Amino acid sequence: MQLTVWTYEGPPHVGAMRVATAMEGVHYVLHAPQGDTYADLLFTMIERRSKRPPVTYTTFQARDLGGDTAELFQRAARDAYARFQPQAMLVGASCTAELIQDDPAGLAEAMGLPCPVIALELPSYQRKENWGAAETFYQLVRKLADKALVRSERAGRRPCANILGPTALGFRHRDDVREISGMLGLLGIDVNVVAPLGASPADLARLGNADFNILLYPEIGDTAVRWLEKTFGQPTVRTVPIGHGATLDFIREVAALAGVDPEPALAADPSRMPWWSRSVDSTYLTGKRVFIFGDATHAIAAARVARDELGFEVCGLGCYNREFARDMREAARLYGLEPLITDDYLEVEEAIQALQPELVLGTQMERHIAKRLRIPCAVISAPVHVQDFPARTSPQMGFEGANVLFDTWVHPLVMGLEEHLLTMFRDDFEFSDAAGASHLGGHGASAPPPPVEVAVLEPVAVEAGGWTAEAERELMQIPFFVRGKARRNTEKFAAEKGLSAITLETLYDAKAHHAR
Amino acid sequence: MASGASGASGCESAPILRERGQREVFCGLTGIIWLHRKIQDAFFLVVGSRTCAHLLQSAAGVMVFAEPRFATAIIEERDLAGLADCNEELDRVVDRLLARRPEIRMLFLVGSCPSEVIKLDLSRAAQRLQAKHAATGGTGVRVLNYSGSGIETTFTQGEDACLAALVPDLPLANADAPASLMIVGALPDIVEDQFRRIFAELGIGQVHCLPPRKAADLPAVGPETRFLLAQPFLGDTGAALEARGAQRLDALFPFGAEGTTHWLHAAARAFGVDEMHFRRVVAPGRERAKRALERHREQLHGKSIFFFPDSQLEIPLARFLASELGMIPLEVGTPYLHRQHLAHELAALPASTRLSEGQDVDRQLDRAKAERPDITVCGLGLANPLEAMGLTTKWAIELVFSPIHGFDQAADLADLFARPLRRRDVLKV
Repeated sequence: MQLTVWTYEGPPHVGAMRVATAMEGVHYVLHAPQGDTYADLLFTMIERRSKRPPVTYTTFQARDLGGDTAELFQRAARDAYARFQPQAMLVGASCTAELIQDDPAGLAEAMGLPCPVIALELPSYQRKENWGAAETFYQLVRKLADKALVRSERAGRRPCANILGPTALGFRHRDDVREISGMLGLLGIDVNVVAPLGASPADLARLGNADFNILLYPEIGDTAVRWLEKTFGQPTVRTVPIGHGATLDFIREVAALAGVDPEPALAADPSRMPWWSRSVDSTYLTGKRVFIFGDATHAIAAARVARDELGFEVCGLGCYNREFARDMREAARLYGLEPLITDDYLEVEEAIQALQPELVLGTQMERHIAKRLRIPCAVISAPVHVQDFPARTSPQMGFEGANVLFDTWVHPLVMGLEEHLLTMFRDDFEFSDAAGASHLGGHGASAPPPPVEVAVLEPVAVEAGGWTAEAERELMQIPFFVRGKARRNTEKFAAEKGLSAITLETLYDAKAHHAR
Repeated sequence: MASGASGASGCESAPILRERGQREVFCGLTGIIWLHRKIQDAFFLVVGSRTCAHLLQSAAGVMVFAEPRFATAIIEERDLAGLADCNEELDRVVDRLLARRPEIRMLFLVGSCPSEVIKLDLSRAAQRLQAKHAATGGTGVRVLNYSGSGIETTFTQGEDACLAALVPDLPLANADAPASLMIVGALPDIVEDQFRRIFAELGIGQVHCLPPRKAADLPAVGPETRFLLAQPFLGDTGAALEARGAQRLDALFPFGAEGTTHWLHAAARAFGVDEMHFRRVVAPGRERAKRALERHREQLHGKSIFFFPDSQLEIPLARFLASELGMIPLEVGTPYLHRQHLAHELAALPASTRLSEGQDVDRQLDRAKAERPDITVCGLGLANPLEAMGLTTKWAIELVFSPIHGFDQAADLADLFARPLRRRDVLKV
C-alpha cells in the first residue's frame, strides 16, 4: 500500500480514455462501477471538450455482483455498438472490474460484433496512466494498421511522415501538432497520419504509407513506434523539438531521413528566443537556480533549455514516470545531478524545500508546492489543469514553442531592471521590500502571505455606532473575496436608511436589498 | 404554512421511471471533499486504488488545498497477490500518517470499490488501530470506518454513510436530560449559526449539530432527542438515530422561504413553542427571503427545468423552484428516492413532473434533447456537451458546495439557477 496525497498519473484506463477520446470513430466499453464515470469531467471540464468522451461504463453495483455482471457487460457493449456505430471498439476493465475477472476480451469476442474489437489488458494495480495510453495506442495500431501495405517508390513524390503520440488531455499537444505540421510543410514533407489525436481507425490502417515516423511524445507513442519500425521498416525521428537548439536538431534529423535540404527551414528561423535571451536585460537570468520536474520527456528537454538557452543553473531534475528512469538518469548526468525519480508528491516537496531554488519548472503539483514556498513557478508538463488549455495557440515545440518557453519561464521571475531598483530602494523608508515584484501581484519570491482583506475597503460614512461586534463577526465568516463588497453594500444600505448601527439584521437586510 | 405540503395533489403517488442503465454520477468518496472541511480535526483515509485518488483530486477541482486532510492508501499488486498483508500495510500507512499529522483527532478509514470486492474488513482494522493509537498525543485518536464505494453509494450517500458511522459513537444522553434538538447533515458554519440563532430566539435551548465541527464535540443522543434532517440524502443516518431512540421531525427541507419555515415549524411544534411567538420570530427572515426571491422570480417564472440524478437534492430543489419561483420541472431525476423522508416534498411537487430514479444516461440525454428545457441541472461530465448543443446548464456539484439552506441563502440558491440564464442573455459571442 502506498500513502498518496496527490497523484501525478491516473489509472491506466484513463490513459486508454485519452487515446479513445483523441480519436474519431472509436468507442470504449469499460467494465467499471459508477464512480469511475468521474473521468468524463477531465475531458469536458479541464480540456473543455464539447463532446462526451466515447466511453460506455457498465456501472455495475454491489447487487449485481451476486448475479451476472458478464451479461451486464455484453448488454452495454451491444447497446453501445447500436447507438454509436463505431468503426472499432475498445473493451476493458477498470481496477474494480479487474478484481471480479469477467474477462471483457473473451466476452466481446463471443459477441461477434460487426467491427474490429480491441481488448485491453491494463493491470490497474501495477501500471498507470501513461503506460495505459501507450499500451492502448499500440494495441490499436497493431490491430488496425494494414500490414499488407507496400509503400510507393520514393522517387517522383514528396516524402511523407506520421506524427505520433498526441492525445486528448495532453500538455499542449493540440498546439505542438500544429507547429510541427507547419514545419514539415516548410521542408516539403507531407503528413500521412497524425495519431491518436484526430485519427480514425481508417487512418490507422494507412500508417504504413509513411516513409518515417515522428515520435513527439515517447511516453505515449514509443511502444507503437517500435512495432511500426519492425513491421514497416519505418525509421523514427526521436529528437523532441522542445527548445531552440532541439528544434534545429529536429529539423536536421527530419531532413536527413526525408532526403530533403534542411537549409530553407533553418534559414527561415523565425525565433525571437535566442535574441531575447542574449539581450542585455536577460543578464539577470544568469545562474538562477532552477528545479525541474515533470514527465521524463518534458523535464529532460526543459533542462537543456534552462542551461543552454537561458543560462540558468539546473539544481534539481526528476520525473514521475519510472518507465523512463534510464533516460532520466542519463540526462541528469549531463548536469552532474542525481535525478529524483518518484511519484510521491511529498518527496518532491521535500526536495524543493531542501534545494530552495529560485524557479521551479514542474507540473500543476509543483505549482502548488512552489506557491506555498513562495517560489516562482512555470508549468512544463502534465498532469494538467484547466489553465494549461489556453484559448490562444501556445505550443511547447518548434520555434514558436521556444518563444513560449522564454515568456512563460521568465515572467514569474523578478524582471532585470526591477531587480536593480529593488536593491537601490531597499533601505528607503517608503519602500517595502516584502511587497515583491509589482507585476506578480504580491506573489513574488519574497512576498509575505497575501493579506486576507484583498478588496479595497472604502468605508462609507456610517453614523456613530458602526458595526456591532456580532455583525462584524458574521462579516468575517463571509469568504474574503466577496467580503469587501458585502461590507460596502451594507454600509451604503445603512447610510441610506439612516441607521445608527449595523446589526446582524442590517447585514442580511442589505444582502436581500442588493440581491439581484 | 407551506401550502402545497398538505394537499392530496402533487407527486405523492405519481409513477416513477425506474432506470437500470449506465449511471453518470460520482461515488460516495466525493463527500470527503466537504466533510473534511466541516470536521476540522478529522482525516479521511480512503483504502482503494489509484482511481480513487485520482477521483478525489479531480473532483476537488485539482488541489484547492496544498495538503488536505484526506489521502488514499493505494492497494498495489503485492497486496492483492498476498505478498504483503493488507492489514499490516494499512497499519504502517496509518502510523506514518498520524506521525505526520499529530493534530488529527478522528480518523475515518473509508472503504472503496476495490476494498469491498476483496472484502478487506475495515471495521476490524478500525478497532485494531483505535486500540493502538488510543493513547497517542494524550487525547487519543478515534478511528472509524464507512464505505464510500461506488458499488454501494452514490455521491451524497457517502455523507450518509459517514454520519451513520458516527451514530454508534455518540454519547448516551442522561435519562433526565431535557429534550434536545439535533440538526443532522453537514452545513456551512455560517448557515449552522443562522439556524442556531433562530432556535435560540424560539426558546429551544439545547441544539446540537451532526457532524460537529470538532471530533470532541459529538452530541449526545437518547429518547429525548428530536432531530431535523437538513439534507434529503440521510436515510441511513436517520435510521441509526431512530435506533438509538431519537425521533425524526418530519418536514420540508429548509430550501426557500416556505421550506425553511416548514422545517423550523416542525421543531417549534415539537418543543411546544407558542404559535404566535413562532410567527414573530420567523417573520423577519421569511419576509426578507421572499423579498429577495421576488427579483429572481421575474427571470425564472415559467422557465422549464430538467434534473439529471446527482445529489438527491433534486426533489426538494425542484419543489422550491416550482412553488416559490414558478419554474416548471419537466423531469426530476434522483439517484435514489427515500419516499418516507421526502413525503412532504413529493406532495408539494407539481403533478405534471416526471420522476425518475436511477439512470440510463444515453436515454435520459435523448429525453433532454427532445424536450429542450430552459435549464438542465447535471454533473460536470455532461454540462459542456449539453451547452455545446445549445442547452443552458447548471452544474449540480455547486449545489452541494455552496451555502443554499435557510432564509438568508434562499436568493443565493435561486441565483445559482438564474445566473446561467442571465449569462445566456448577455453573451453576444
